[in-house]
Amino acid sequence: MSDDSETVTTPPDTSPDEEASAETEASTSTDDSGSPDEPTASPPETTGDSPASESGSSNGSPAPEGRLSIYKTYKLYIDGQFPRTESGRYLQPEDSEGDFVANICRASRKDFRDAVVAARETLDGWSGRSAFNRGQILYRMAEMLEGRRHGFEKQLMDFANYSEAEAREEVGTAIDRLVWYAGWADKFEQVFGSINPVSSPHFNFTTPEPTGVVAVFTPRNAPLLGLVSAIAPLIVSGNAVIAVVDNEAPMLAMEFAEVLNNSDLPGGVINILTGLRSELAGHVGGHRDVDGVIAYGASDEEEELLGVEGAENVKRTKFADDPDDWTSDDCQSPYRIMPFVEFKTNWHPVGV
Amino acid sequence: MADNYRPPRTPSVDQVGVEERAAKYEARSIKTDSKVEGLKLIISMLDLTTLEGNDTPGKVRMLCRKARNPLEEREDCPSVGAVCVYPSLVPVAIEEVGDTDINVASVATYFPSGQAPLDEKLEDVEDAVEAGADEVDIVINRGAFLSGRYSEVYEEIKAARETAGDAHLKVILETGELETYDNVRLASQIAIDAGADFIKTSTGKIKPAATMPVTLVMLETIRDHYLKTGDKVGMKAAGGIRKSKKSLRYLAMLKEVLGDEWLTPELFRFGASSLLNNILLQIEKERTGRYHSERYLSIS
Repeated sequence: MSDDSETVTTPPDTSPDEEASAETEASTSTDDSGSPDEPTASPPETTGDSPASESGSSNGSPAPEGRLSIYKTYKLYIDGQFPRTESGRYLQPEDSEGDFVANICRASRKDFRDAVVAARETLDGWSGRSAFNRGQILYRMAEMLEGRRHGFEKQLMDFANYSEAEAREEVGTAIDRLVWYAGWADKFEQVFGSINPVSSPHFNFTTPEPTGVVAVFTPRNAPLLGLVSAIAPLIVSGNAVIAVVDNEAPMLAMEFAEVLNNSDLPGGVINILTGLRSELAGHVGGHRDVDGVIAYGASDEEEELLGVEGAENVKRTKFADDPDDWTSDDCQSPYRIMPFVEFKTNWHPVGV
Repeated sequence: MADNYRPPRTPSVDQVGVEERAAKYEARSIKTDSKVEGLKLIISMLDLTTLEGNDTPGKVRMLCRKARNPLEEREDCPSVGAVCVYPSLVPVAIEEVGDTDINVASVATYFPSGQAPLDEKLEDVEDAVEAGADEVDIVINRGAFLSGRYSEVYEEIKAARETAGDAHLKVILETGELETYDNVRLASQIAIDAGADFIKTSTGKIKPAATMPVTLVMLETIRDHYLKTGDKVGMKAAGGIRKSKKSLRYLAMLKEVLGDEWLTPELFRFGASSLLNNILLQIEKERTGRYHSERYLSIS
């Protein structure tokens, strides 16, 4: 990913959301048994009149006349299932107005462990599929996202303070980017593999193979497009991925998990956890069954932690900045596939 | 031979009750130091098993080395209780385990089906013992049992008992084929009466293999027999136990049904192969604080 390594990390231009994100951490509850501070749905007596809908601007589900608001409980996405976090903890992200949006899971190290087990299990099957088939499935993901584009646009506006034009651009680019990487599935090996001249009677060739189980700390900005841009180049080569999402609107990632679940993607190839980076980074870095880690927009402390812990089993560890504008063509490149492939060189005897 | 045999009277099993009680153990959670101690005990109770058509001397040697030293470079990890192989591979296993405490177990009586004439089945037992097996795992005649020919089942086990001589006799009921808990209870009692040192759930070749309710019924048979006669019969849960968490639950059940006296490899065994690596992952996790990877362990 050399093409963006010089990019200076700048906060996303939606600074109010940065604050909202900080408050999210503050409102984190570690209580196993406690009920949410705010109701997840308005009480029955106040029919159709939830606190959030009073604020008018934004909430998960505006209540039509005479109906209760339906708030969604976001869970995790592990092994093609939507389990709750085993820890029973939750986070409460807020919208740009500071209003309640949803309860989301705060994943624990054990959820991460479960995701690694699922990823490891599915890895051989996924990487063993034909490149063409992996491309088909990425394309299918794009199809499914296309079908839900208006929902995603609305959520970007409601949860992340996007304008309508910005939301339309982000969702459109995410769809196009999936199609773009789908096309690379059966091409990157040809572009990056080589036939090597050697001075012995051997046919010598080098091909890229997936690194294996890769954990990705997804970008802090662009809740949908950042996630798609981070994950697509990893799975296209046959890796299995665990995405840890900690940003202003993690709900978008779980909505995207529903897209994945309808995309013929085998369970476990992409696992999505919402939670706190600061809590999970050490466990991700130290897990010996994880082959690679990539962290977007990591702080110096996170880089050091991942580096030191990752050295334990010589993980492939990579850090990348969050570009201001994920819709830029600079943010999609076959070179983004390269950091998590291993090159294998074969010496095949000939003419003996 | 059948005329003077009367099958034992066994209490009928409360299916709902036994399943509810077994399900309670599923909620048990054993952590940190107790977990590590429990897992080490389970390793020492393990019959590391390979019973495949494609077993080779090389594969058995590999298994035996793993049995002697499950976690390389870790002295505090015990060796397993026994290795379990087909009769033809017993000499290889004996050569490999040498003078260690590890027993060599062999299956016999035309495992896993047991569908052969009695004299051939006994010959099979004889071969295993002559080859030097310390323990012999035989299968009961399920065809006879399910047709109600209990005397035949009893006599066959008894004959195998005599043929096996000093070797430990483990009797496989193959509970997955016995249909009801009442049958499991009756078969357990017949096997115990016929002289089994151990009763064992399954061959591992059919599903369901060992389940917690079935194991509970067998443990209760052992308990009642002990209370009546003072004889201690062993139990082997085999097949389908792959996760360390599950094996700890079996251990909790064993302790609560039969007490501390049974918490020994002499009286309880797990028949498994993939369970060992899963346990080693947990032990290493507790030691290092990091989740371990199976890629650092030898295959078992």
